[in-house]
Amino acid sequence: MKSAVIVFPASNCDRDAATALEQITGNKTAMVWHQDSELPDVDLVVLPGGFSYGDYLRCGAMANQSKIMGEIKAHAAKGGAVLGICNGFQVLTESGLLPGVLMRNAGLKFVCKPVALNVEETQSAFTRKYDKGQTITLPVAHGEGNYYADAATLDRLDGDGRVMFRYQNNPNGSARNIAGILNEKRNVLGLMPHPERVVDPLNGGTDGRGLFQSLIETLS
Amino acid sequence: MKARVFVTLKNGVLDPQGKAIGHALNGLGFGSVGEVRQGKVIDLELSETDAAKAQSALKEMCEKLLANTVIEKYEIELK
Repeated sequence: MKSAVIVFPASNCDRDAATALEQITGNKTAMVWHQDSELPDVDLVVLPGGFSYGDYLRCGAMANQSKIMGEIKAHAAKGGAVLGICNGFQVLTESGLLPGVLMRNAGLKFVCKPVALNVEETQSAFTRKYDKGQTITLPVAHGEGNYYADAATLDRLDGDGRVMFRYQNNPNGSARNIAGILNEKRNVLGLMPHPERVVDPLNGGTDGRGLFQSLIETLS
Repeated sequence: MKARVFVTLKNGVLDPQGKAIGHALNGLGFGSVGEVRQGKVIDLELSETDAAKAQSALKEMCEKLLANTVIEKYEIELK
């Protein structure tokens, strides 16, 4: 599986994502600067966590205007896999690649802790190595992770089996405890928790590995 | 030409910041304060001199960038 990580100004989980990918795939991950106009030939594009453009205006709003986003939209339109983690999820909702929006946490506080999640669906390139209903623990670190969409959109997400992960104890007020969702074509995943931070036992867990292993099995 | 754009949350969208501001005002003794909703004000200077053209350009700016219309509404004031 060939992968690229997009680097925006103030991305801060870009190298974590690359390290996780390289450790699991054994392949070098391409780092792509936001002003680049071309994506290398890859199977997976990762939009990493961080505070792109200082979260100015709205989280992800500025990153969505960057040059590389046109290429990412084209990659997704061709069926290429896109994974948005944390700030990457915010960029994906701002770009319209995923529905809804991530609002300020209901408790108004930045939440930084491991959280227990239910794996809701395993029929996807991102979750097939997990078991349906499995509990995994991933860290969250965000101030704006409160997923919001209108009731019709939420019903559609539920009905189509596009809610991939749900919080067991909602840390941010997110609608229907949503932690991660897929797009309609099921090739774009956005989630607030950080799977890339728990791929090595030295970092306190390996529950994030399943997501990357699922992608390898699907895309290699 | 100068313009001012107000971006606020749509009715019905929970505004935890507004709520916290309301609680703080109540705590300061302003007991008459009920619901509080907060938002953004964006001031822009435009080289455009035609008000109708400025208005339509501003609408496009709001739709494309200044507001996220999933949760926000906007008002444009030309000066």
